[in-house]
Amino acid sequence: MIEVNQRGYYGEFGGAFIPEMLHPNIEELRKCYIEVSESAEFQAEFRKLLKDYVGRPSPLYYAKRLSAHYNTNIYLKREDLNHTGAHKINNTIGQILMAQRLGKKRIIAETGAGQHGVATATVCALMGIECIVYMGSVDIERQAPNVSRMKMLGAEVRPATSGSQTLKDATNEAIRDWINNPEDTHYIIGSVVGPHPYPDMVARFQSVISEEMLWQLKEQTGNEDPDIIVACVGGGSNAAGAYYHYLNKKDVRLVAVEAAGLGIHSGESAATSVLGTKGIIHGSRTLLMQTDDGQIIEPYSISAGLDYPGIGPMHAHLIDTGRAEAVSITDEEAVKSAFFLARIEGIIPALETAHAFSALDKIDYSKDDVIVVNLSGRGDKDLGTYVKYF
Amino acid sequence: MNRLDQLFKNKKKDILNIYFTAGYPNLDDTETIILSLEKAGADLIEIGMPYSDPLADGPTIQESGQVALKNGMTLPLLFEQIKNTRKKTEIPLIMMGYFNQVMQYGEEKFIEQCVEAGVDGLILPDLPLFEYEKDYKNLFEKNGLNISFLITPQTSEARIKKVDELNRGFIYMVSSAAITGSKKGISPQQIEYFERIANMQLQHPRLIGFGISDYETFSTACRYANGAIIGSAYIRALANSKNIEQTTLDFVSMVIG
Ligand SMILES: Cc1ncc(COP(=O)(O)O)c(C=O)c1O
Repeated sequence: MIEVNQRGYYGEFGGAFIPEMLHPNIEELRKCYIEVSESAEFQAEFRKLLKDYVGRPSPLYYAKRLSAHYNTNIYLKREDLNHTGAHKINNTIGQILMAQRLGKKRIIAETGAGQHGVATATVCALMGIECIVYMGSVDIERQAPNVSRMKMLGAEVRPATSGSQTLKDATNEAIRDWINNPEDTHYIIGSVVGPHPYPDMVARFQSVISEEMLWQLKEQTGNEDPDIIVACVGGGSNAAGAYYHYLNKKDVRLVAVEAAGLGIHSGESAATSVLGTKGIIHGSRTLLMQTDDGQIIEPYSISAGLDYPGIGPMHAHLIDTGRAEAVSITDEEAVKSAFFLARIEGIIPALETAHAFSALDKIDYSKDDVIVVNLSGRGDKDLGTYVKYF
Repeated sequence: MNRLDQLFKNKKKDILNIYFTAGYPNLDDTETIILSLEKAGADLIEIGMPYSDPLADGPTIQESGQVALKNGMTLPLLFEQIKNTRKKTEIPLIMMGYFNQVMQYGEEKFIEQCVEAGVDGLILPDLPLFEYEKDYKNLFEKNGLNISFLITPQTSEARIKKVDELNRGFIYMVSSAAITGSKKGISPQQIEYFERIANMQLQHPRLIGFGISDYETFSTACRYANGAIIGSAYIRALANSKNIEQTTLDFVSMVIG
């Protein structure tokens, strides 16, 4: 069984390696997150917002021309059609409801691609709560449209200027903010990373993706189980959501696609499953890219959402035990796939998601297989990057 | 007897603990800084192991760590420097860093190296009590290495008692809800917290840290605990230093008054 235990471990990965300053907040969450989020009252509000505000269920679309090209059966789980344009909002809706029940008055978040920042700013506007988003200076530049969206939604965007000035550093700054503001603030983490209970809580909120896949596949193929599920992994939240209800179905292959940047061994990469070793990042024991001396290595990817030197503990466990296969995709391969998908299906994917599509060129499959690619987000935010390749 | 335990046996108040980041401002300053601090009147010294992602630290210590890493500081080199310095001084030394550094080095090997180099205790802010008790307590105790846990104004009474039970050496009282170097002065709410802890009759000595920077904050903290810890303010003094020994003498006399 793949399940998190009481202390937040998936096998040997997970836990909560946090400074004492964060203990009361994390402990408060740990004690109540399951009970609160599973209460009938919470579920009713959560489900209603997912339906009427986010626009769920997101369609499962049979990609006819793409399938013909690859000579198999490819379905796209259309998280790009959610309000705000990515899967990230499933989690932020859940967490803002949690924050309200904990009586928190101020929300902080980190963001890489800006999708989680936008999704957080959105739910804060919806609930009338103050919102501060930390974002690496490099990402502020390469994801400019999302910065403007956050500001229009009333959030304050604070640049993280340390380290590689990307997602890792934004996360550090958000954690420091939380240490400084322990009483009134809730930290909405954007992926299945961080100290327990975050990885499990975020996975549960994202699990609506695979919950819908079960009945949508049944309806369209007659079988609720696909053969393969493909998803990109930054921290791993869209992948966790797409895998969730299939984790213990051994016949369903899980493919985790990470960013190889300029090439796995180029020194400019975020291919954690290959380059990572066991250690602690952002309060979680997991796989991360680090030196022999335990210094975290600054990652690189063209995609701000995959530009992270670790992966969530669930994915570390899935990969370490062989339950999931990891595939690494370079910048160039991802961009090529984005253009290909745009032309063959009329869908412009986010740069993160484009990595998942590239994996179709790398994995084994047969003609009769049913493959679901989790289309985690749309590419509007990445046009500035894409036009450079015109 | 562990040098830290010896110190706390002999001195009950006004204990001055000064933190510096190893490898800052220059790679080879470790010995000069330790010997200068001892000469200037510090009672114990906290050696920061520079880390790429120091979550509990403010900008001053973060930046000093970045410089130290750029200068080439590593754990093997630091242990070497400490071992050599230890031949010249008996001042209690503790190391402060993040648990990933220890894990990567190998927990057992790290602790043995500490003992061999003459380190008396550790502060690992992101090693929680729970994980310590489950996996590492025996290793520390077998090697006679002290460990200081942190408490904050938000730490519950039950948890403080647990800290007092597992702690070896001094308890690190974080003065307010904050990262290092962020707040100035000591507020009435903080005094209330200091008094509350002082009245708990804990078995271990307490040192107050975070936001202690000068004579006034140091002497206030010493009224409610056995002593206090200064970090960022000393790093800032070193940043502008032409002569480490003189800067250190001036800094410590400014603090002690
Ligand atoms: C569209 C999209 N997909 C994927 C990711 C990667 O995050 P995760 O691995 O948590 O799904 C992001 C992150 O910003 C994103 O915006």
